[in-house]
Amino acid sequence: MNTLFGKMKEEAKVISPKSVDEYPEAPVSLGTTLINFTGDWRTFMPVIDESKCVKCYICWKFCPEPAIYIKEDGFVAIDYDYCKGCGICANECPTKAITMVREEK
Amino acid sequence: MEKVAGSVEYKPIKKVVSGNYAAAYAALHARVQVVAAYPITPQTSIIEKIAEFIANGEADIQYIPVESEHSAMAACIGASATGARVFTATSAQGLALMHEMLHWAAGARLPIVMVDVNRAMAPPWSVWDDQTDSLAQRDTGWMQFYAENNQEVYDGVLMAFKVAETVNVPAMVVESAFILSHTYELVEMIPQELVDEFLPPRKPLYTLTDFDNPIAVGALATPADYYEFRYKLAKAHEEAKKVIKDVGREFGERFGRDYSEMIEKGYIDDADFVFMGMGSLMGTVKEAVELLRKEGYKVGYAKVRWFRPFPREEVVEIAESVKGIAVLDRNFSFGQEGILFTEAKGVLYNEGVRPIMKNYIVGLGGRDFTVKDAKIIAEDMKKIIESGKLDREIEWYHLKR
Repeated sequence: MNTLFGKMKEEAKVISPKSVDEYPEAPVSLGTTLINFTGDWRTFMPVIDESKCVKCYICWKFCPEPAIYIKEDGFVAIDYDYCKGCGICANECPTKAITMVREEK
Repeated sequence: MEKVAGSVEYKPIKKVVSGNYAAAYAALHARVQVVAAYPITPQTSIIEKIAEFIANGEADIQYIPVESEHSAMAACIGASATGARVFTATSAQGLALMHEMLHWAAGARLPIVMVDVNRAMAPPWSVWDDQTDSLAQRDTGWMQFYAENNQEVYDGVLMAFKVAETVNVPAMVVESAFILSHTYELVEMIPQELVDEFLPPRKPLYTLTDFDNPIAVGALATPADYYEFRYKLAKAHEEAKKVIKDVGREFGERFGRDYSEMIEKGYIDDADFVFMGMGSLMGTVKEAVELLRKEGYKVGYAKVRWFRPFPREEVVEIAESVKGIAVLDRNFSFGQEGILFTEAKGVLYNEGVRPIMKNYIVGLGGRDFTVKDAKIIAEDMKKIIESGKLDREIEWYHLKR
C-alpha cells in the first residue's frame, strides 16, 4: 500500500543535490518538493497512540501532504520528513489517538 | 535565399499563403498534438486555419478552447508537461496577458512553441506592427526568433520546435502584424515525410502522465535551491546557441535554406557601416542595400534572427569589421532607448570594440518604413562616419517635426 510513497521518498533522498550539476534539469519533484524535506517547517509534531487507534484511516485520508502512511501491521505512521505539523490528523481522529506535541529541535 | 550546396533533392509544396497560414501549416507539419489559443487580431487567422485542419480531419490536434490568453498559456503548460508537442499563437495585449505564464513555461523547461504576431501595445489602440510586445517578454526565459518573410515564419516554426525540444526551453517565432501576417507570398513547404525525418517525436524530460513515477511540476524551491534552477535555465540558453546553429545548418543541408547563423549578414566585409535590425523591416533594408551598393555606398546589413539567446559573439564580429552601425529599432524601452540598440552596445563594452552606433527608432505602430527611408538613414550615417561626429545617439526617425 505504501510502496509508491516509500519509493518516491527514497528517490528524493538519493537525488538531494550537493552541486549544481546534481540538480535535475527542470524543477520537478517526486510527490512533494524534491529537495526540501518540508518537515523542517513543523512546530508541533503529531504523535500516535496505537492503543487508541482503531485503523479507520481518517487521518491518512485527510493528511494534505501526504505524510501519513499505513504500515504493514495496519497501523498508521507519520513521515516526519514531510509532516508540516498542520494538526488536521489530530483534529479529525475520532478516538483522539493523535496528539500534537511541541517539538524540541 | 540561395540553395546550399549538398542540399537533398526534394519537391517542395509551393503555396501562396499569408504569414499566418504559413505558421499554421508549419504547426500542422510539425505534428503538434495540442493547441490552446485565444483569438486576437492579427493572430486570429493562425488558429482559424488550425481549426480548419481539425474540422477537415487533416490533423489530429486537441484544440482547447479557453477564455483568455493567460488560460491559453496555462493550458499549453499543462499539455506540454504531459509530454505533448504544443503550439499557440498570440499578439500584443494577449502576449502581455500571458506574461506570468511565460515565466512558468520557461521555468518548468517546457518546449512550447508560440507564434507572436508583432503588434503595437495600447493605448492608443493599435493593431499594426511594432516589436515592443515581444521584446517586453525578453526576460521570461523564452527564445525569440524574428522572421523576415513568410518563408521564415514557416521554417522558423519547424526549427523552433527542434531547438526548443533539444534544450527544453520554449521558443517564440515572431512575425510582423499585417506586413507578414496578412500578406500573401509564395512559400515552399516541405513534404510531411521529410519534416518527420527532421523533427522526430518529442522526447520529454519528464511527463505528468507517467503514473508509475509521479511528479509535481513547479513545486516550491526555497532560497537554498531556487538559484541553481535559474542557472540551469541560463545555461540552457547558452547551449541553445550551438543547437540553433546546428539545427539551422541541418535545415540548410536538408531543405536548401541555411539558418546556421544567428545573424544573417550581407555585404559586411568591405562595408563602412551596416544596418542592424530584426524582422520584416530587414526585407526592406536588404532591398535598399542592393540599391545603395549600386550608388556607391559602402553599406551592409545584419539581420538579427535570434534575439534570445542573444548572439553576442556574432555582434562583436560584425562590430569589429565596420566603422558604424545604424541600429533600427521598431520598438522602444521608455526611459532608455531602442531595445536592440541597448543589447548590441552592451556586448561590445568589454570587447573594446567601438564603432559609431546610432539608434533609429522607426516604424512604431505600423508606420511604413520604405527603401527611401533606409536611403535617408544611409545618407545620415555616411555623414556621421565621414565627420566622425555623432550628432545624437537616438533619433526618432519618423517624427513629424
